[in-house]
Amino acid sequence: MTSAVRADSQSSHRSPAGGSPPSRRGRGLTLRRRESLAGVLFTLPWILSLIAFTAYPVLASVFYSFTEYSVVQPPEWVGLANYERMFTNDPQFWIAVQNSAYYALISVPLGLVMSLVLALILNFGAKGIGFYRTLFYLPVLAPPVVATIVFMLMFSPDSGLVNTILRGVGLPTPGWLDDPSWSKPTLIILSLWALGASTLVFLAGLKEVPMSLLEAAAIDGAGPVRRFWHVTIPLLSPVILFNLVMGVINSFQVFTSAFIAGGTAGEPLDSTLMYVVLIYRSAFRYFAMGYASALSVILFLAVLVVTLLIFWSSKVWVFYAGRDQ
Amino acid sequence: MNGPPSRAVAVGRHVILIAVSLLFVLPFYWMLTSALKDDTQILSSPITWWPDPIRWENIPQVLNYPGFPFLRMLWNSVFYSGMVTIGTVISSSLVAYGFAKLRFPGRNVLFIATVATLMIPPLIIFIPTYVLFKVMGLIGSYAPLIIPQFLGSAFFIFLLRQFFMTIPNELSDAARVDGAGEFRIFWQIMLPLVKPALAVVAVFTWLGTWHDFFGPLIYLTEPDSYPLSLGLFAFQAQRTTEWALMMGASALVTLPLIVLFAFTQRYFLRGIALTGIKG
Repeated sequence: MTSAVRADSQSSHRSPAGGSPPSRRGRGLTLRRRESLAGVLFTLPWILSLIAFTAYPVLASVFYSFTEYSVVQPPEWVGLANYERMFTNDPQFWIAVQNSAYYALISVPLGLVMSLVLALILNFGAKGIGFYRTLFYLPVLAPPVVATIVFMLMFSPDSGLVNTILRGVGLPTPGWLDDPSWSKPTLIILSLWALGASTLVFLAGLKEVPMSLLEAAAIDGAGPVRRFWHVTIPLLSPVILFNLVMGVINSFQVFTSAFIAGGTAGEPLDSTLMYVVLIYRSAFRYFAMGYASALSVILFLAVLVVTLLIFWSSKVWVFYAGRDQ
Repeated sequence: MNGPPSRAVAVGRHVILIAVSLLFVLPFYWMLTSALKDDTQILSSPITWWPDPIRWENIPQVLNYPGFPFLRMLWNSVFYSGMVTIGTVISSSLVAYGFAKLRFPGRNVLFIATVATLMIPPLIIFIPTYVLFKVMGLIGSYAPLIIPQFLGSAFFIFLLRQFFMTIPNELSDAARVDGAGEFRIFWQIMLPLVKPALAVVAVFTWLGTWHDFFGPLIYLTEPDSYPLSLGLFAFQAQRTTEWALMMGASALVTLPLIVLFAFTQRYFLRGIALTGIKG
């Protein structure tokens, strides 16, 4: 790469307008070389970004995770102390792990099923479907800060809209975000509200399912349920995989809603202390950069392992059309 | 599946569609109407579905709220989203074109590395990047939020590359024979052909930046420099009881996006469908 960059200073970027044409062979070589040079120049910003804002930070995070580092003073090597503290001496770590696992385990499958159902509904051949599609997508436009604040109002325990309605029809009225056992479900409901993006991904997938296959199955006597399970779902499985991986990655990293509803303390009673909130608190509240880095390394590994497990399992359940199983 | 649905089925479908739509729209409705109520009407039983009287005076009150300098923060948001969008569109299209159309040693490895970075949680990158900008004395400014975006974004590079790949090479070969430089080919021939994709990138980048909360929370220190998302949070943290004003402020933060969406809907929905299929 360096040699190609150096070559740039020797030859001019623009091709000479006139001049005697070089021999065919020589000209071909210059073209090839010029193309390489242009390729490197075009991608140079990203090469710099990969080095400065990806490779360096990842390596530095790993390094910091073995140090005690408050930014003001140079990092001090402490070996595995941060990891030891995390696993043996920080009850908040386990609380955050549990909270994040709870959130992911419920919101991801629920989100998948719901967005698939919504996509099936949008796939109805109904008049004005474009208008409905817009309405389904609208929540994605609300900034997470706004969505959380509006939900805090609507789910206000005493006289919020939701509890007033529930009371009106004689149903129990939970304390929602004020109640430690309801705060996470409330955040999950909030995450389900903005399912528009994955819904549209499913919808795009549904449109790809060939009508001819569904019709063939119908002729063979398969009812709607069987057609769905044996034709639509297998054909949709690559899209399910995509939404599942994105859902897991996103839910592991939920921050804004939990932080706004519960602050850095994860109120009430640590119930909204998500893993990323814990990292934020360690890094930017207590400036324990070493400890926060160790936490983020573990998050990285967790996301990696879960993603790999999903991809590995996908060999069994994802069906790629035109490829023999 | 066989012929048009019966009338009963069609009506049933619309009932389902309307019911689900209402769930999605209700929080917006509640936000907008609450912004024009007084606080007792917001939390009243029975529910006050429509503000009576409509308190238009809430709007100037939100705009002049101490600690929430709306116009200042609006400008910050526009500046932040605008700069990031410009940076992302320019750099990502350049890089994507390089990956799609120019052969150079190490290209494939580099491209695989690019796609792999999508798997890295942003958080593991945040801490050293913060330290880096801290050392450079740039904490409290928009530089840490904007500069990296001028070097490209992995996801949009990936997306745009797919678009460039669909353009036949004959076009650029012909221009090359005519003596056009690589940059000119990119700028005058290739870029106009992927305009719809550029619009998708621009709209998504704008939306993502407008929504961004974590970045400004970490890097910005002065309330006067906050974008709306962070300003609204500070506003909420101070005042938990004045719901009408908070709903008004929330509406003001959201409305510019709804307007943007109204104008760019086609690109939005197409973009989502595309990312879904390509992903």
